[in-house]
Amino acid sequence: MATLMRPRPHHRWLDDVQRTRAMVWIMAIMLFLTVLAGALGFGMAGAGRSLERQLAGRLTVQLIEADAARRDANARTLVERIRAIPGVTQVVEVDRARLAELLKPWLGDTGLDAELPMPAMIDVDLANGDPALIARVRQTALAVSPAARVDQHAQWLSPVAGFIATLTWGAVALVLLMASATTAVVLLAARAGLDTHRDTIAVLHMLGSTDTQVARLFQRRIALDTLVGGALGTMAALGAVWLLGRQTATLGSELLGSIALADADWILLALVPLAFALLAMGAARVAVLRTLGRTL
Amino acid sequence: MANIVQFENVGLRYGTGTETLSDVSFTLSAGAFYFLTGASGAGKTSLLKLLYLAQRPTRGVVRLFGEDAGALPRRRLPGFRRRIGVVFQDFRLLPHLSAYDNIALPLRVAGMPEGEIEAPVREMLAWVGLTDRGKAKPPTLSGGEQQRIAIARAVITRPEMLVADEPTGNVDPDMAERLLHLFDSLNRLGTTVVVATHDFHLLNRIPNARMMRIEKGRLLDPTGALRFPPDRGES
Repeated sequence: MATLMRPRPHHRWLDDVQRTRAMVWIMAIMLFLTVLAGALGFGMAGAGRSLERQLAGRLTVQLIEADAARRDANARTLVERIRAIPGVTQVVEVDRARLAELLKPWLGDTGLDAELPMPAMIDVDLANGDPALIARVRQTALAVSPAARVDQHAQWLSPVAGFIATLTWGAVALVLLMASATTAVVLLAARAGLDTHRDTIAVLHMLGSTDTQVARLFQRRIALDTLVGGALGTMAALGAVWLLGRQTATLGSELLGSIALADADWILLALVPLAFALLAMGAARVAVLRTLGRTL
Repeated sequence: MANIVQFENVGLRYGTGTETLSDVSFTLSAGAFYFLTGASGAGKTSLLKLLYLAQRPTRGVVRLFGEDAGALPRRRLPGFRRRIGVVFQDFRLLPHLSAYDNIALPLRVAGMPEGEIEAPVREMLAWVGLTDRGKAKPPTLSGGEQQRIAIARAVITRPEMLVADEPTGNVDPDMAERLLHLFDSLNRLGTTVVVATHDFHLLNRIPNARMMRIEKGRLLDPTGALRFPPDRGES
C-alpha cells in the first residue's frame, strides 16, 4: 500500500489534468451503501446469534392443576428436581402476581381471584439447547405432573429468527451486488481512461512499454480513487451506523438492543474500502490488458 | 555488414483500400545510414511504421534483427521496440511531462533504476543543446526545441536502429544541418539510421549515406545503392 501511495516518476505518465474526480465520488457512494448493507448484515447476524443464544435453552413449564394447593406443591417439587439436573442454569417459578398482571388485559381483575384455577409457570434456563437436556426436563415435569406442558421459546420465536436470517442474507446479497456494480464501474472507467489517454499509450508502446506497465498506471489510479472515495463513504456509513446504534439502545427493546456490532464487525467494515480497492485494481487490470491485447 | 532489416515482397493495405505499399523488397545493413525519399503521400511514413513495428505487413515478410516481425507474438514486441529509436514526424512528446522526463521516458520504460537516469538525460540535453530547458514542458518549447527533445528521447537508449520521419521538417536550414550531424554522430557509434525526408538538400550532407526512393508505394531503388536521385529538383 505504501508503494501505491508514494509518487514515482512513472506515475505521471498519464496526464492528471484529464483526470476526473467523479470516480472518487462514485466510489464514496458505492462504499457508503456497501458498508451500510454490511453493517445491516453483521447486525442481523449478531441479533440472530443473540436470539438463538437466549432462546435455545429457555423453556417454560406449565403445571395445570385445578387444586391450587397441589399445584403449588407440585411446582415446588418440580423446581427442586429441575434445578438438580446438570446443565440447568436457572429455575424460577413465575410470581402469581406477575401472572395475574400478564393476564389482566384478557381477564381483568378476575385474574386476581384466588378461586380461578391458573397454571403454575416455571421458567427454566439451560446452558444450551441440547435436545437431550430438554427431553430430560420434559420427563421430569411429566413425572411430577402428567398434565405438565413444556414450551420451548425458540419454537415460538422461530418466525422472528427466520426473518432475521432473511435480512442477513439480503444484506449479503446487497454487498455482493454493490461489489459487482463497483467492478462494472471500474471496467467502464478503465475503458474510458484508455480512450482518453490513447495517444500517450501509443507513445509508451512505441518506446517499448509493456501492457502490464500501462495496466499498472490505471490500476494505481483506480485503486487510489477507490481508497479515497471509499474512505469517505465508509466513514460516513460507520458514523450513521453508530448513531443508529445509539438510538436503538435508548429504545429499551431487548430484540432491537441485540442488533449491535461487535468490535470485529467494526474492524471488518473499516476494511471494506481496502477490499474494494483490491477488487478495483483487479478489474482495471483485466479491462486494460484485454483492451490493449486487441491492439498492436 | 550484416543485414539488420529485410523486406521481401511486402505489401501494406489500410482497411479495404488500395495498397499503400506494394511489393517492397530491400535490405538495410547494420551500421549504415539511409535516406528514404519520396514525395508526400508516396508511402514513406507507412514504410517507417513497418520498421518501428507500428504496423504489420498485410503480405510479404518483414525481418527485423533476423526475426519475422509479422509473426512476432505481441508479448515480444516491447523487447523489439526498445531496440529501435523513433523520431515521429509530429514529435509525439508527452505535453504534461517536462523535457527532462520526456527524454528519460525510454529509460524508465526499460526499468532503469532512478539513480542511474539523471546522468544520461543530462548528457542528452547537452548533446541537443538544451541543457537549460530540462524543466520546460513541450508546449512552451519552439518547434525546433521539441524536435531536438524528440531526437534525444529516440537515441538515449543507444538503439540499434534509429528511424526518423521528416525530422527536419519543422526547423530552419541551420538547425536541420545540426540535427543531421546529431544523427551522423550516432551512426558513427554504430546505430543504423533511417531518415525519411523529401528535402534533397540534406542528402549531400552525409557523405556515406545511401538513398532509397519510394514513389506511389513502390520502392524505386531497392538496393539503396543509388546515391543521387534522378530528379534533383524534387523537394
